[in-house]
This record gives sequence, C-alpha cells and structure tokens, in this order.
Amino acid sequence: MSSERKTAQLHRKRATTIAASPHAPAFREGLRDGVPIGLGYFAVAFSLGIQAASIGLGPFQGFLLSALVNASAGEYAAMTVMAALGTYLEMFIITLVANARYMLMSASLSQRFSPETPFVHRLLVGFGITDELFGITIARPGAVDPFYSYGAFTVALPGWALGTVAGIIAGDVLPEILVGALSVALFGMFLAIIIPPARKDRIVGVLVAISFAASYAASKLPVTAALSEGTRTIILTLLIAGAAAVVCPIKPQQSEKEERQ
Amino acid sequence: MSHNVYLYIAVIAITSYLIRVLPLTLIRKPITNVTLESFLYYVPYVTLAVMTFPAILSVTDSPIAGACALAIGIISAWKGASLFQVACGCCGIVLVLSFVL
Repeated sequence: MSSERKTAQLHRKRATTIAASPHAPAFREGLRDGVPIGLGYFAVAFSLGIQAASIGLGPFQGFLLSALVNASAGEYAAMTVMAALGTYLEMFIITLVANARYMLMSASLSQRFSPETPFVHRLLVGFGITDELFGITIARPGAVDPFYSYGAFTVALPGWALGTVAGIIAGDVLPEILVGALSVALFGMFLAIIIPPARKDRIVGVLVAISFAASYAASKLPVTAALSEGTRTIILTLLIAGAAAVVCPIKPQQSEKEERQ
Repeated sequence: MSHNVYLYIAVIAITSYLIRVLPLTLIRKPITNVTLESFLYYVPYVTLAVMTFPAILSVTDSPIAGACALAIGIISAWKGASLFQVACGCCGIVLVLSFVL
C-alpha cells in the first residue's frame, strides 16, 4: 500500500471518529450485543406470526402489533382475547397482566438512570424494555447509557417485527409438519424465562408447578372452561400471585438482585 | 365499532407502552411496600406458567409431542440453556416426533 493511500485512510478514519458522537462506542457495543437477541427474536416471533395468522391477522397488522408492542407473552395473550372477540376492557386487563413484569423492570431501571441523562431518554429506553434487552442493559455497570440501548434496539427490535411478518406469510407456505414444530418455540421462550428463576428460588418453583396444575384444572372444570383463555389467565394470575405475595412476601431487594443476575 | 383489529392493537400498544414508561418516569425512589413488590415479582412467572400449560399440548397435532416439548424445554432451561437453545430444542423434538407418531 502506498504511503499516500495510508495517509488518506488515516485522515478518513480520523474524520469519521471526529464526526461520530461521543456515544458511538456505546451504540456499537449495543449493536454487537443485540445481534444474538435479534436472531432469537426472529425465530420466536416467527412462531408468534403463525399464531397471528391462525386468528386471521394479516402481515401488516402483525407487523404493526409487533413493532409497537415488542412483547411475546403480551402479544400472545392479546391474540387469545382477539380470537375470542373480547372487549377492549378485557384487552386492557390482559395486556396489563401479561406485561406486568415490565413494570417491575421499568421501576428497577428508574433507579439506574443518572440525573444528568435528559428526560426524553427515559421515554425512549422505556419503549424497548423486554426481558432480554432489560437484561443486557441492567447487566452493564454504572448508570444506564441510553445509546447502548439504542444500539441493541436497532438490531433486536426489527428481528421481532420482521419475524412476525415472516411467520404470518410463510406459515401458510411451509409444510404443516414444520409449522407444528415452530409453533412451540414461543412456549420454549416462556420456559426459558420462568425455569431458571424457578431453579434458584424454591417459592417461584412451587408457584410455577401450582400455576401449571391450576391452569390445567381451570381448562377442564365446567365453569372456568367456559371462560376465554385470556380471562382464565387474568384470574389465575391475580389469585396465585396475590396469595403468594401475602403468604410468602419476598425479602427486601430480592427482586432486584434476581434481575441483575 | 366493536372488534376492530386496529383498535385492539392501539389498546395493546398504548397500555404496554405506559406500563414500560410510567415507572421509569415517575418512580424516583425504590418501592417499599413489600406485598406490592412481592406481587409484582411473582406475576410474570405465574402468568407465563399459566399460558404455557396446558396450551402447549394443543398447539401441536399430538398432545404427546407437546408434552415432550414441555419436558425438553423445562430440562434444557433448568440446565442453563439460552432462550434460543431452549426454543430450538422444543421445536426439534416436535419435528422429530411428527415423523414417529
């Protein structure tokens, strides 16, 4: 390589470094950490897309839902309400219940924002709170750098929205055997979220077992079986989590510690 | 007016955005009510467990395949597999069983 070209390259390099904002390194780290999450999201959202197609959602509707909501359990629960033609109030409650954990994550993130960080970043970072993106954000030491989150959002969130669209479109085209196999991916994701804490915290483990049993019983018993799946989920969650909160209150800071692990 | 898909989506989107952003913008101090904190801590696990079972049994053609996916999912997540690996394991066992069953 000629020395002239080398110098030119150096100049260009310096120029881009100067042009980039001081947030560029954090943004790039976010991009890097977001890649595996985005791939996982695509696969799981594909499964969600198959569900979406089965209740009659089109590609654009599925895209809109996933791009705006970014929630596996929340969207799945919402679809059960849509399928049952539930009321908007029912939709509001099921969304609240299925996404309640994000409230806790949001509360936890609020403790990690520097007072110097402009308020608008709270509005933007909040949009992308998911189990995984919250996990990598909180795992970084010190105050939250919103640009790290934006980097991760840039690659991870499109994976979710496009995966949903792909599932809706290709779910029709793929052989039935493959569609059947892919539709359990969503439940695999749910298990990946609940089982590790159930292993660490015996009370959570017992609650998961009780929830499985109660959910099965509610789907078979005459009165509760007549309710929609979404309504059963709301009732069982309020009953079981409420009873557990009274009977086995957590030790202070336990929830936060769990999340940081 | 009722059962409009876009209105449903609007309700879901606005509700879930407020859930995510209100605590982040309003709470400046840690939550001190132990019962409320405990309730919020337990809710996600109960909700996801309730939605997983028995629904996983009816999503596949054969309930046996769904049950095997549940078992593989629990075992692999217990052993520390990542989200992606657990999801792939569940799909894999259903795919294999669809040729056998």
